[in-house]
Amino acid sequence: MSEWVLYEVFVRSKHGLNHKHVGSVHAADNEMAMENARELYTRRSEGVSIWVVPSATITASASDEKEALFDPSEDKVYRHASFYKLPDEVGHM
Amino acid sequence: MTQQEALQEYLLRMADSGMILAQRLSELVGKAPALEEELASSNVALDLIGQARNWYEYAAELIDDGRDADKLVFLRDAHDYRNLLMVEQPNDDYAVTMARQFFFDVWHYFTLKALSNSKDERIATIAAKAVKEATYHLRRSSEWVKRMGDGTEESHRRIQDAFNLLWRFTGELITPDDIDHAMFEAGIGPDPQQLKQDWFGMVREVAAQATLAVGEEDAWMYMGGKTGEHTEHLGHILAVMQFLPRAYPDATTW
Amino acid sequence: MYAQMVDTGTKRLKTLEEMSPEERDFQEKIDAETKIEAKNWMPDAYRKTLVRQISQHAHSEIVGMLPEGNWVTRAPTLKRKLQLMAKIQDEAGHGLYLYSAMETLGADRDEEIQKLHDGKAKYSSIFNYPTLNWADMGAVGWLVDGAAIVNQVVLQRTSYGPYSRAMVRICKEESFHQRQGYQILLDMMREGTQEQKDMVQDAINRLWWPALMMFGPHDDESPNSQQSMVWKIKRKSNDELRQMFIDQTIPQLEFLGCTVPDPDLKWNEERGHYDFGEINWKEFYDVLKGNGPCNHERISTRRKAIDEGAWVREAAVAYAAKQKQRAAKAA
Repeated sequence: MSEWVLYEVFVRSKHGLNHKHVGSVHAADNEMAMENARELYTRRSEGVSIWVVPSATITASASDEKEALFDPSEDKVYRHASFYKLPDEVGHM
Repeated sequence: MTQQEALQEYLLRMADSGMILAQRLSELVGKAPALEEELASSNVALDLIGQARNWYEYAAELIDDGRDADKLVFLRDAHDYRNLLMVEQPNDDYAVTMARQFFFDVWHYFTLKALSNSKDERIATIAAKAVKEATYHLRRSSEWVKRMGDGTEESHRRIQDAFNLLWRFTGELITPDDIDHAMFEAGIGPDPQQLKQDWFGMVREVAAQATLAVGEEDAWMYMGGKTGEHTEHLGHILAVMQFLPRAYPDATTW
Repeated sequence: MYAQMVDTGTKRLKTLEEMSPEERDFQEKIDAETKIEAKNWMPDAYRKTLVRQISQHAHSEIVGMLPEGNWVTRAPTLKRKLQLMAKIQDEAGHGLYLYSAMETLGADRDEEIQKLHDGKAKYSSIFNYPTLNWADMGAVGWLVDGAAIVNQVVLQRTSYGPYSRAMVRICKEESFHQRQGYQILLDMMREGTQEQKDMVQDAINRLWWPALMMFGPHDDESPNSQQSMVWKIKRKSNDELRQMFIDQTIPQLEFLGCTVPDPDLKWNEERGHYDFGEINWKEFYDVLKGNGPCNHERISTRRKAIDEGAWVREAAVAYAAKQKQRAAKAA
């Protein structure tokens, strides 16, 4: 079947939040992908912004490579806010 | 006809046109040409019924004879319906469905835009909400007309046939009668001249992009819906839509 | 359920010792409740089972639009029309969420739909029963969606990430479906005429047993079920889910003031559950094989929609190609 192309859909649910992957749609072109994503993923007005990306253009890390790709950063604890102990008096930061 | 009677009639035209088109769209549930279209088509229908309910409720208050929105929908016969003939035409193939939607959407969009500035505040409020929905409907049906018109040979032929088939019902959208004039003069309804101009402007623009020919402005036009003289289709639509309340007249709740 | 008998391709369960290192690693992840994602290694049979189950589930959502579509043109009030249409629209949406989850496994939506239209793929047996009166819209919402929810709530914890996330979304959206159905019945039972009350009882009589069949065959007759449980694709057995459904539904039935057509149904104090009669399994397998009252109509309606819509979809593709060409020329 000729048929439409697969697009991945990302929705920003509120101002100030990141776009989050919600699923996919089929469409003939970018405009239709946007329309279809709106119809499908924001029926209950869950979104303020949508991205659509042709699935074929996404390069993904294999999850099984997780250890190699992500483990090294785990000991760089200084990258995480919780590494920095502040006196209680400072309050929330 | 008093001013209020004219207003009632006008509200019923808005309400009935949306309602009957939604009823046609509801016939397509589970039968759209793509799954994505199921959602889009139902969204339009849901919007139209929601808007119709607002118009009916206002009309019912003015008519004030004990009938509510449901009674107006389910217990009036065809000759009391005031919808445009365009919207009662059958779904046929998807080109006809989409051409019908497009001609209606252009009319609906410009009408609502004008009504959102109506002197009648209730109308202005209803229209202001509805025009947002109609904007999206129009964008969608315009896109589909372009896709079909400038798509394949087959789709071009089908949508051109649909334009030709439905052209005779377009006159009613933009030919004002006494009620339209009265509404305009009272500052309630749109300027008929402007509406006609806007409608043709948009239809010609989209048709050009879609490589489609549109009919003549002075072509013969089939009219009568706004005064209750309908095509044969409406009776059948109502027979289905009104079945339960008619078959069980004693039932007061569903 | 919406996926009643999913073939796992396995006759017997492997022990950890019999597994390859990859398989063992995979099984250990599952046992540790780590979600499997699209790019993870997975046994071929796991992938195939998931494609079968998720596509059946998706097909059921889509075919499931038709019995309700049968009444959407005849809904008796504006409110009911809006509710029913929104519900059916959700079903289309849920079908799409599920196909979307299925496609992460490398399966193609159009191909799987073609299998459905060729009679090679299953969908829930319940949708092969006709909707004969308006109360069926209530009974479908209450019983059919009710049965589906029992299953789907558990499936939110299924081992495959995209399927699990689709279920979370679906459960969130579906909460109104069952209430909508029950309210239709309750309003008619409380304020309706005798004719309307008879409609309600008639709908329950016809749909009760088919609703129980939705959970699939007994556990001891579903070997595939065991493999699916080990893989945590399924989280509870057919019989467990069926019992849960009955236990929660009967008090609601009594509140309506209706009955179910099962003389054996009674509360068992000792078990803490309702006992109930035996399902007509011959009917179940007949319907599954294509011999239900509406199998033919349902599939031919779906096939017709997609086949006759081919030119519409092709037009969109052709138009997109032309637009692209024009943009390239202009650049």
